[in-house]
Amino acid sequence: MSLLAIEHLGVSIGTTEVLRDVSLRLQAGEILGLVGESGSGKSMTALAVMGLLPEGAQASGSVRLAGREITTLAERELCRLRGAGVGMIFQEPMTALNPLMTIGDQVAETLIVHRGLARSEARRIARDRLDRVGLPAPRFPLTLYPHELSGGQRQRVAIALAIALRPQLLIADEPTTALDVTTQAEVLALLRDLVREEGMALLLITHDLAVTAKMAARVAVMQDGRIVEEGPTEALFRAPARPYTRALLAAARLAPLSDAYLDQGKAAGAFSWQKASKPDADALLRVEDARRSYRLPRPSLFAAAPELHAVDGVSFSLRAGESLGLVGESGCGKSTLTRAILGLDPLSGGRIALAGAPVSPRMPPAQRAAVQVVFQDPYGSFDPRQTVARLIAEPFHLTGRPPDAEARIDAALSDVGLSPEDRDRYIHEFSGGQRQRLAIARALIIRPRLIVLDEAVSALDVRVRAQVLSLLARLQADHGLSYLFISHDLSVVRAVTTRCLVMQAGRIVEEGPTADLFTAPRHPYTRRLLAATPRLPETWSTLDPAPATSA
Amino acid sequence: MRPALLIGAGLSGLAVAAAALSLVWTPWDPAALAIGARLQPPSTTHWMGTDHFGRDILSMLMAGARSSLAVALAAVAIGAGIGTPLGLAAAASRGSLLDATLARLNDLIFAFPALVTAILITATLGPSALNATLAIGLFNIPVFARTARGAALSLWTLDYIRAARVAGKGRARISAEHVLPNIASLLIVQATIQASLGILAEAGLSYVGLGAQPPTASWGRMLAEAQTMVAIAPHVALFPGLAIVLTVLGLNLLGDGLRDALDPRLRGRLT
Repeated sequence: MSLLAIEHLGVSIGTTEVLRDVSLRLQAGEILGLVGESGSGKSMTALAVMGLLPEGAQASGSVRLAGREITTLAERELCRLRGAGVGMIFQEPMTALNPLMTIGDQVAETLIVHRGLARSEARRIARDRLDRVGLPAPRFPLTLYPHELSGGQRQRVAIALAIALRPQLLIADEPTTALDVTTQAEVLALLRDLVREEGMALLLITHDLAVTAKMAARVAVMQDGRIVEEGPTEALFRAPARPYTRALLAAARLAPLSDAYLDQGKAAGAFSWQKASKPDADALLRVEDARRSYRLPRPSLFAAAPELHAVDGVSFSLRAGESLGLVGESGCGKSTLTRAILGLDPLSGGRIALAGAPVSPRMPPAQRAAVQVVFQDPYGSFDPRQTVARLIAEPFHLTGRPPDAEARIDAALSDVGLSPEDRDRYIHEFSGGQRQRLAIARALIIRPRLIVLDEAVSALDVRVRAQVLSLLARLQADHGLSYLFISHDLSVVRAVTTRCLVMQAGRIVEEGPTADLFTAPRHPYTRRLLAATPRLPETWSTLDPAPATSA
Repeated sequence: MRPALLIGAGLSGLAVAAAALSLVWTPWDPAALAIGARLQPPSTTHWMGTDHFGRDILSMLMAGARSSLAVALAAVAIGAGIGTPLGLAAAASRGSLLDATLARLNDLIFAFPALVTAILITATLGPSALNATLAIGLFNIPVFARTARGAALSLWTLDYIRAARVAGKGRARISAEHVLPNIASLLIVQATIQASLGILAEAGLSYVGLGAQPPTASWGRMLAEAQTMVAIAPHVALFPGLAIVLTVLGLNLLGDGLRDALDPRLRGRLT
């Protein structure tokens, strides 16, 4: 008998059907990957299993956990079930924990509420569970607060919470999306061990096919509230039956820049690493020994304030027409460096020159117009109260509004694959992918020489991401742009850059042609990053990947 | 759909309508004395009765609404007009000397009990509606400065503000073009709340004789004059009391309703 059996589950909110005829089975000790793009119904399925459907949602069909029908349970019974029968891990470790409670109390609370244990006994078990998730007693006492832990450690506490009562089923909803690659690898390994050693079943919800390939023996693909395909992961990924799955796989498997393109470039001497030994006098962007430090709070009243060297002697150059990648995990200093390159914050030492002129917060508008930026968050990048035409025309502030401004707004919109008719709409009417296109249009409108792409595709679904990346490639060819591509995601950097820098703790630890860096990394940190990055096994490649359909 | 908003808008609208109507028409002349008809209970000729000088209470309430609202709204305008730019400037230069100075000045004003200080100010400058407005307006400045600064600070961390900086816009320009429109709903709600507090403060000041001077009608002074006669003619105190309570209640409900109606995300952001 299956531990979890979902049969013909349908959920509708008002007149909208959000889930249609979803059927899934999960055995004890098994990991099932549930993949799909945002809005495909993955999380709604998880909520249905937990009995946590939003107010006003109507469910039909059946969800049985260990043979017990849970769609008809009363709220009281459901409460007992959550935690004891099903544990859940959420995406955002920063908000999943109560910041005012110690980690020991949070784990113990579950035990006290569900099992009626005495506080001392509950704390003993909490200690045991925290040890189990890799937070051993000497370094991680129960009295720590969430803010004293890193993101990965918080996610471990959240896992300890979920497994405190030894539930039979664990649901993890994008458990590692907010984490760095090396942390992600550790958390995934922990989840896999838990399933193996404690005999739990894991429903792993993710948009990341590579994570699924690494973790799950079986996978179900969701689209528009339905399961379109299900089967053993390897077989399904090798021979996907549905065009949608094929498109997802093709988009996830971002091809590195083609050899033909590289050969062409090498022959023409276009790539700067070929002349790396010579001083790059004609570089578009030159960063020399850039430093930026912050004063930390004094540890005691009379002690000297320690300094954090966020950027610690970084030097590199970027040639006109080049795509340069900058890779590093959160806290490595890449954001600080980006702000300095954009002339938003000053450096505390060293120099940055763009097109021969120094970059600083006080640089004149004409100099500033040489660089534009696309940010990560498609939702925070635009003022919600201005029309699209006004939003993307904002950089004209630097150059003065040209007489053909209106025509150029229309041209910029067409350039990024949107319609000039979109100019009078507001930003909430656009999807995440469309917003990133608008952000690119805004960066493009004054024809800068350099565009800084700060995690510009990290928040997008795989298919949309592939489309935006190919758009960027086309625009680079059309307009002779240079890109500085900043990301924590190595597969993205690999797909769009010719040369790449790896940053760790404020320093550049490795630099070289992207292809070489990925095939023969020299620095141990680069090797660790590469090893931790989940990838679809090369040997699983489908014979003829269908072209990504438009979203 | 939103009962709080409807009731609030209705009560506030009633006060505004009464004040506006009093400009052109009142049932009787609110300043006309008629000793023969004093302390009459409500009747068909005097709907709310008359006071100890025989003046028509309804007419006085309508005229009083005018001075109460004028003082409260002008005080809000002073507070918002000075406080909001200060708050925006403080947020735009977070951590600077300006920010620190403004914060300490705010603390300084907050440290004084508002009504007592307002009494001190009007007593020093001389009792009049104008001085009452200035005194109440002074205490509105830090309220708007803090509200604007707090809301603006959270906006300054967003990418669209950074994008505007990359587009070379200065802090003042970004504050006017991007920050102010996005915190406007919050300020409107605050203005409504401050207006209701202004009505109370104006009533308090005129109760102790420091607000609008006779013969201008005022709710606070009507209460003060009526209190000696509560035992023999309760309606003389009842109606101005009700007028104050209902107007303040209406403005508060309006503020709450507007907060929900203008920006549902607001609650999530503030908590």
